[in-house]
Amino acid sequence: MRSYLEATARQRITALLAHFEEFLPPAKEWISPHLAQLNASVSFDDGVIIGQGQLHGQTVYAAAQEGGFMGGAVGEVHGAKLVGLMRRAIACAENDKPAALILLAESGGVRLHEANAGLIAVSEVMRAVLAVRAAGIPVIVVIGGSNGCFGGMGIVARCANLVLMSEEARLAMSGPEVIETASGVEEFDSRDRALVWRTSGGKHRYLMGDCQMLVADDIDAFRNAAQLAMANCAQKNTALTLDGLEAEQAMLASRLANYGNLQEPMDIWSAMGVAQPEQLAMLEAEAFVALAAALPVASATSATTATAATTATTTGVR
Amino acid sequence: MEWQKIAAQLFPLGHQIIEQDQFLCGTAQAGDQVISVIGTTGHTPIGVEIALAQARAVLATVRDHPQRPILLLVDTQGQRLRHRDEMLGINSYMAHLGKCIELARQHGHTVIALVYDQALSGGFITSGMMADACYALPEATIRVMGLPAMARITKVPEAVLTELSKDNPVFAPGPKNYERMGGIESIWEHDLAACLLQALATATPEDTRSQQGLNRGGRLRAQNVINAVAAVVAGPVIAQTQANMPSSDQGQQIQQAQQSQQARG
Repeated sequence: MRSYLEATARQRITALLAHFEEFLPPAKEWISPHLAQLNASVSFDDGVIIGQGQLHGQTVYAAAQEGGFMGGAVGEVHGAKLVGLMRRAIACAENDKPAALILLAESGGVRLHEANAGLIAVSEVMRAVLAVRAAGIPVIVVIGGSNGCFGGMGIVARCANLVLMSEEARLAMSGPEVIETASGVEEFDSRDRALVWRTSGGKHRYLMGDCQMLVADDIDAFRNAAQLAMANCAQKNTALTLDGLEAEQAMLASRLANYGNLQEPMDIWSAMGVAQPEQLAMLEAEAFVALAAALPVASATSATTATAATTATTTGVR
Repeated sequence: MEWQKIAAQLFPLGHQIIEQDQFLCGTAQAGDQVISVIGTTGHTPIGVEIALAQARAVLATVRDHPQRPILLLVDTQGQRLRHRDEMLGINSYMAHLGKCIELARQHGHTVIALVYDQALSGGFITSGMMADACYALPEATIRVMGLPAMARITKVPEAVLTELSKDNPVFAPGPKNYERMGGIESIWEHDLAACLLQALATATPEDTRSQQGLNRGGRLRAQNVINAVAAVVAGPVIAQTQANMPSSDQGQQIQQAQQSQQARG
């Protein structure tokens, strides 16, 4: 068992993909042009690795954000590397198309040191993800780093075809510290780690339907799940559709109607039919996924992916 | 800025826009065509409800009025900063709005945005910045966050940021800097109705912001990096990347990038 959480972006991408080949390897050309004037440290890859490799024998395009550099935040070069990768995927001839675009996301969102340039970059990434989907290439977002996936990247994640998380992973918009600073500690106590995980952690996101697969914090489990995710997407239309977005509209509206007046995530889990919500945090990924599949609110689609996730955690096939 | 005043200037032929809980929705006459108008007002924070309301209006236009252009009116202080919104998955609500706008574009709707007052970060990324082209009024404010908050988070003294923001488009709020960086297509002045008609007539679905940032000198690296990725010669896609080699003045830089890569093996 090897922790995905503790691995670097480079370790993750080379462990998930065979024959990984990096586009634009570290070099001074790819240093951010904005950080030096702030006396901030720089990186030769600007905190993101992009390239191609093999997953289950198929060529995929992939990117991995390095949480150790500025929390994986998106600056001008970082964002342009992601956009470049996505536009390159779209430009591939039909028989050279990658089987998927896999984004190993770990990011606080816009890199504030690059302010306006970072904001535009995240917007370009968001549009590029949707363009990749429109080109018939599934986009799979994988979240399992200690910095989570926040801000603009939290939005980008939900533009993908499928989100895969570990229970330690977090997916949200504004970080608890930002909310506490803006609205007070009584609104959101950022030091209450249990509350932070109940609110943005993998299990809550899975129950809510914001994440479709949940695995243990193990690189092999992540790789197996990514394979299953790719197989799952291969049989489906990857592009946005009116029917699909009307279904999402209905899902988000009923979420608001059913849970909008509740105070805390455990109240939501109770309303979903979880008998002992306070025990949920203790469950291993496999047992949790099985419990979720048995809930009365579990939809047909989440039940399907739940089975896939269970397989991913149990088989451990290399 | 009162939206009614802007609407009166934008639509001299009339409009039926209704404000409800700071959500704007309706139709307007722009030249010889009817357009959908969807937006927010009062610097409202974008929470789950108003994100969903905007998305519903976009989907209704796509479903019931094929090809009808959409104008997004932007005035927001950014995403709502509450525990409840995070618990409910506000990023999913905002992403949903962004996806609905993208769907409209893919279905042939022209989508124009106008920042008529404030635009901040998350509330802007999933609305105005999703349009084919985003415009702004000269007095609009556009930014990621205020300089004091930025100084706190980046640990860079506010005085340094204030100094940088005088002539560095990356730090200064305001539409002129976003225009230089390609994030804003242009700034609308004088005859707003004419500006709107011009925008509707010239919109294209491609995202050309990185190229505009380069052309205008406000964001010099992004397009070069994108071109460099396209030019990488790698494994099974060699033939395709050569066909894609840009022949513009960035060619030299790309060659250098390639050479340095080859040198590293």
